[in-house]
Amino acid sequence: MEYRTIQTTCTYCGCGCGLLLEVMDEGLVGTLPLKTHPINEGTLCIKGWNVHEFVESDRRLRYPLVRKDGDFQEVGWEDALGMVASRLMGIRDKFGPDSIAFLSSAKCTNEENYLLQKLARAIVGTNNIDHCARL
Amino acid sequence: MADLKKATAIISGLLAKDKVAGFLALRMVAGHPVPYLFTKPEELDGLYLGEVRYPVTKLLIRLARKYPDNSFGILARACDERSLVELYKNQQLDPEKVTFVGVACSGELAEKCECFRPYPSRIDIGEKVECQEDDARVREIEAMPEKERHRYWMDQFTKCIKCYGCRNICPVCFCPSCTLEDHDLVHLGGMPPQIPIFHLVRAMHMADRCIDCGLCEEACPADIPLRTLYRKVRETVKHLFGYLPGESTEDFPPLEVLGEGTFEIGEAGKSSRS
Ligand code: SF4
Ligand code: SF4
Ligand code: SF4
Repeated sequence: MEYRTIQTTCTYCGCGCGLLLEVMDEGLVGTLPLKTHPINEGTLCIKGWNVHEFVESDRRLRYPLVRKDGDFQEVGWEDALGMVASRLMGIRDKFGPDSIAFLSSAKCTNEENYLLQKLARAIVGTNNIDHCARL
Repeated sequence: MADLKKATAIISGLLAKDKVAGFLALRMVAGHPVPYLFTKPEELDGLYLGEVRYPVTKLLIRLARKYPDNSFGILARACDERSLVELYKNQQLDPEKVTFVGVACSGELAEKCECFRPYPSRIDIGEKVECQEDDARVREIEAMPEKERHRYWMDQFTKCIKCYGCRNICPVCFCPSCTLEDHDLVHLGGMPPQIPIFHLVRAMHMADRCIDCGLCEEACPADIPLRTLYRKVRETVKHLFGYLPGESTEDFPPLEVLGEGTFEIGEAGKSSRS
């Protein structure tokens, strides 16, 4: 028998609210606001309150999917990333770096967002980088 | 700290003698006090007795449902004990299967909580302090002319972001199908919330159930003075029916069975019974 709570940061938006995931016998059963967190001080919005539901959702994307013959098919990470890299490089070489734009996400960490702009600027060579919170 | 030592001794005793399968309280984890089920005495080094509160009695419901044959221990302040009374009364927890260790709150916490009685019926930890019920906020709003009062509440409700936090955190909100998710009253999955229905439905449901812990107000991101509203409805029920939730498992919640007679709520909520 086990019941404990795991502290983490809400992934839904860029606010960074602290939350507690309630774990009972290895299953995720609920979410609570972290009362002592400096950002949200024990409050959450409706998305934060329901984080545990999407973690367990069977509609969640868990593996890379590639469209082959009109259907999505599961592929390994190496294949998926290799395909994206070669296609992007092909487009860049043919149409120039500014033919590509990158859209980052408020659901990612600061560090992940930093890395994406690094990829855009230093590797592809474009300043076309934005994120969903401006849409 | 003497209190911490004493609490640790009591809880390890309960665990060692297998009186309880687990003890639900707060534990310091990575610098934050968080709810935790202690199952071994050696885990008690992180036991937390400070002022941060979580709805531990509500969290116990899930455990008790999954392990109906086991007994659980729980650290209970006065407000937690009042919520236990409501949860027993409403068949959410079995009093035979819950052992509480009573904690009396400090004067500072009682003041911060505007608490009317900051100690449980049995004090195992801490010293009893008395305090006066602080109803200044209720009286202040009550003193407003009706139009202004209406405006005041509508302005407050307009701030709502419909997070359902007030319901989710509430230790005495446990209904499997919640009226706040009833399609006929509330537009689900959309904003803004139905004002003032959303808030008044909840206030109505709390009238003979709210144990005045204040957790809802602490969880409201919009700073709506929810507790003041619920205190007013609690007070109305107390005047009309002489009933206060959380006091005894013997009293029956009056709004479940209204019985004979008429009841009138007049100007500024002053109630009378005839
Ligand atoms: S509401 Fe009263 S009993 Fe509950 S924590 Fe505050 S002071 Fe203690
Ligand atoms: S004060 Fe709020 S959280 Fe506490 S019992 Fe009343 S409605 Fe529920
Ligand atoms: S906690 Fe406040 S903002 Fe959230 S639903 Fe309740 S009243 Fe609205």
